Amino acid sequence: MQAASYVLSVGMEVHAELLTKTKMFCRCPNEFGGEPNTRVCPVCLGLPGSLPVINRPAVEHVLRTALALNCRIAMRSVFHRKNYFYPDLPKAYQISQYGETNPLGHSGYMDFFTEDGGERRVRIRRVHLEEDTGKLMHLPGRKSGVDFNRAGVPLMEIVTDYPPDIHSPQEALDYSYQLRLLLIYLGACDGKMEEGSLRCEPNVSIAPEGHQELGTKTELKNLSSFRAVQSGIRHEAERMRHALERGDTLKQETRGWDEENEKSYVMRVKEFEDDYRYFPDPDLPPMVFSEEYIEGLRAALPELPTAKRKRFMEDLGLSDYDARLLLAGPAWARFFEEAVAQGGDPKQVCNWMNGDFSHLLNEAGRTAEASKVTPAHIADLTGLIASGKISGRIGKEVFEHVFQTGRMPSDVVKEEGKEQITDAGSIREVVSEVLSQNPEAVGKYREGKKGVHGFLVGQVMRKTEGMANPEMVNRLVTEELER
Amino acid sequence: MDLCGLAAAQMRRMLDSREVSAEELARAHLDRISRLDPAVRAFITVCEDRTLTDAAEAQKQIDGGGQGALTGIPVALKDNMITKGVRTTCASRILEKYVPPFEGTAAERLRRAGAVLLGKTNLDEFAMGSSTEYSAFFTTRNPWDLERVPGGSSGGSAAAVASGMAPIAYGSDTGGSVRQPAALCGVVGLKPTYGRISRYGLVAFSSSLDQIGPFGRSVEDVICAFEAVMGRDPHDSTTVDMPYDGSKAREPVLKGRRIGVPSELLSGEIAPDVSHAVRAALDLISDAGGETEEVSLPMIEHGVATYYIIAPAEASSNLARYDGVRYGLRIDADDSIEMMKGTRSAGFGSEVTQRIMIGTYVLSAGYYDAFYTKAHQARTIMKRQFQEAFRKFDLLIAPTSPVPAFRLGERLDDPMAMKLADFCTIPANIGGFPAISLNCGFSNGLPIGVQLIADSFQEETLFSVALALENLLPPFALPEIEVA
Ligand SMILES: [Zn+2]
Repeated sequence: MQAASYVLSVGMEVHAELLTKTKMFCRCPNEFGGEPNTRVCPVCLGLPGSLPVINRPAVEHVLRTALALNCRIAMRSVFHRKNYFYPDLPKAYQISQYGETNPLGHSGYMDFFTEDGGERRVRIRRVHLEEDTGKLMHLPGRKSGVDFNRAGVPLMEIVTDYPPDIHSPQEALDYSYQLRLLLIYLGACDGKMEEGSLRCEPNVSIAPEGHQELGTKTELKNLSSFRAVQSGIRHEAERMRHALERGDTLKQETRGWDEENEKSYVMRVKEFEDDYRYFPDPDLPPMVFSEEYIEGLRAALPELPTAKRKRFMEDLGLSDYDARLLLAGPAWARFFEEAVAQGGDPKQVCNWMNGDFSHLLNEAGRTAEASKVTPAHIADLTGLIASGKISGRIGKEVFEHVFQTGRMPSDVVKEEGKEQITDAGSIREVVSEVLSQNPEAVGKYREGKKGVHGFLVGQVMRKTEGMANPEMVNRLVTEELER
Repeated sequence: MDLCGLAAAQMRRMLDSREVSAEELARAHLDRISRLDPAVRAFITVCEDRTLTDAAEAQKQIDGGGQGALTGIPVALKDNMITKGVRTTCASRILEKYVPPFEGTAAERLRRAGAVLLGKTNLDEFAMGSSTEYSAFFTTRNPWDLERVPGGSSGGSAAAVASGMAPIAYGSDTGGSVRQPAALCGVVGLKPTYGRISRYGLVAFSSSLDQIGPFGRSVEDVICAFEAVMGRDPHDSTTVDMPYDGSKAREPVLKGRRIGVPSELLSGEIAPDVSHAVRAALDLISDAGGETEEVSLPMIEHGVATYYIIAPAEASSNLARYDGVRYGLRIDADDSIEMMKGTRSAGFGSEVTQRIMIGTYVLSAGYYDAFYTKAHQARTIMKRQFQEAFRKFDLLIAPTSPVPAFRLGERLDDPMAMKLADFCTIPANIGGFPAISLNCGFSNGLPIGVQLIADSFQEETLFSVALALENLLPPFALPEIEVA
């Protein structure tokens, strides 16, 4: 059989740890890392007699995300208990949300741009709220321990609709990229895939082209980067295709991704459907929302990345590539918009930001907020260049100075004498001087060897330490030679 | 005169007038416990050190003039109520050595009120039972007849109060676990409206039914005990802030009260001596100007069935956490699942295991709708039926237990009979209504209880009528207890 005759289908399950001060059902701080079991209390340890209390800001994060994903909001929503035994699950049930229309958000979609600039829509089945589990740790001597610092951290689950809209590893990557960006713009999640605060778990299946039914699916875990999402899915599809071509039957299983060796391994084979015995958690009263409250949240949503990207391209004339770079983080985009608001030319501001500024920040290992450069600096710099006060080359020098000191570009130009020489009289003087010092070159020019023109311009620039306006130098050298 | 037989209200007066100190009162109770408890076996743990520290603190409060109703009053807590630093076992092997690192809300409020903790009382394992015979440790005896059960599951607390080992004790009532032992031990027992008292620190059995409730030897004592722990708690989202007027609750009024008598609770399963005593109480009420009238609430017939789906379902999930990973018993094994299996098999008694299995079954895919969903529908209908009755009646009245205290071991081989012991009490849990049980007489030396049920958050009416009815009945007197 031919490789092309299989259709890949990918459903995405994304878990995002929410940016709240405290855990989902107790007052323990919601942070990453630290000494094991230092952020625990009777509630998140599941001690006898303890009870959960809903963290309102976490609910609000999920509602805002659901609205941003064009979901329908459950005006009455309950928490369920998902019952199963595992050492990292303190109560032996996870407080989660079950049902088609009960999750805080359901029946939505996300529009986004693909890598190649195309527009795509992926339908969202549900957005729900639950709590994270602890972490199993292997200790020396075949022993295990559990760190419960993560237990009870608010976790949002975003699941794509069925049958899947995603049919290639690249689309899965584009979807994940855009969803992560959205969550970061909403302030709902920090999106740190390597720390596990954003976890993409695709379920992958392939089916012969033309088949209505989807093939047996694999759930992929441990994909800790976008690259892993893409290569994990690609490898899995390949593995399945080889298996089918050999005539093997696929098993429904959960596989982990080994990024180093670019290989997946079996974590668990699903022989029958798990029965989690979901039922409404009697410890938590139903959440009931008013129309006004939801509409208030909707109205207060920030401009979302897809809309922003469109605006940058259509209204500000940026390229798809530039817009994508500027949108990489909300602070970066905000910096850009502020610089433009302060009079910077959008294209120029964008070039400086994605060029020299990014480069210097990378070198210094710093973020824009932590640097001495503000949007006002960039706006000022692009103004100086646009008005011809300095050349682009001098601009680079000035910007490096600004980056180190935080002084305004106009001040640097003034105080360091970086202002461009635009006075025709003084430039003409230098030109005459250079011509009289280079009679050979002048002679060659007059013999028709026009190429020496460039050499003479260079000499003038050198004499003026690069301060002369290059265009004027060009013009005046020609004038003097033709004289 | 023995201090220990007095009402808590009388102890209050003596503490305030310095006739007795908090320490003397505490020691008198500790002495009585050490004398009588070997026979009654009400306590799993007596926390003497804590008792004396609490008493010293209470005395300071009294000397400073800042005392409340319970300052210096000894209390006992059912051993499924979390107490910081005091072992809390739930009468289960799985928590036999468990010492909680935090204080439950009820214990915390009692501590702040200056109550003196005597110890932790016996119960059916995880509060599952009606006789205290399912305790993993030992069986508590009925102070009126040591060969009989005290009722359950809060049998230890009921027996402690009835035998004068504590003037006030607390239990938990999921299907009658406070009222039924109160009836069998001849004391007053209250199940407040669901949501009145925080469950934070009550080890969960069935979260939607559980409610902490006090025992006392008078209605007044039970009111004080209720007031000390009631009210909204930010740690328990199911608690509510509903008005309650203590002075209105303390006005005994029977005249003009409309009292419904559910016919389903006065026929069939009810023993003749019980219905006789309850009917006598109805006559007293009528003579005092109360208007009694029979009312039919047919959903009562489905109460026990409904209860035995909802309670085990929730319990199967609530008790899943006892897996040996973090605390309690652990039976080591090669892998974690085997360790959990071994721990749970060794740690839970047969009644608890059976209920976990029933609960797991009714929540399973394919059975959920037939059992759990249906039980919830029945619950809703039953609650509605009661609410309709409360439009016509201020209260309902019924026997608390269909029978007086039965013999030890008598019902252990007959689980259905054991479960029917809660026939009269279950409806108040299903509907979340407040209910109080009072002693309304004796048959062959065994106490008989009558139960008043009010609409949700109508504790004022409940107490007002209970006080008036109590005035028409003989006062409590301690039983003679033979110590070998
Ligand atoms: Zn916590």
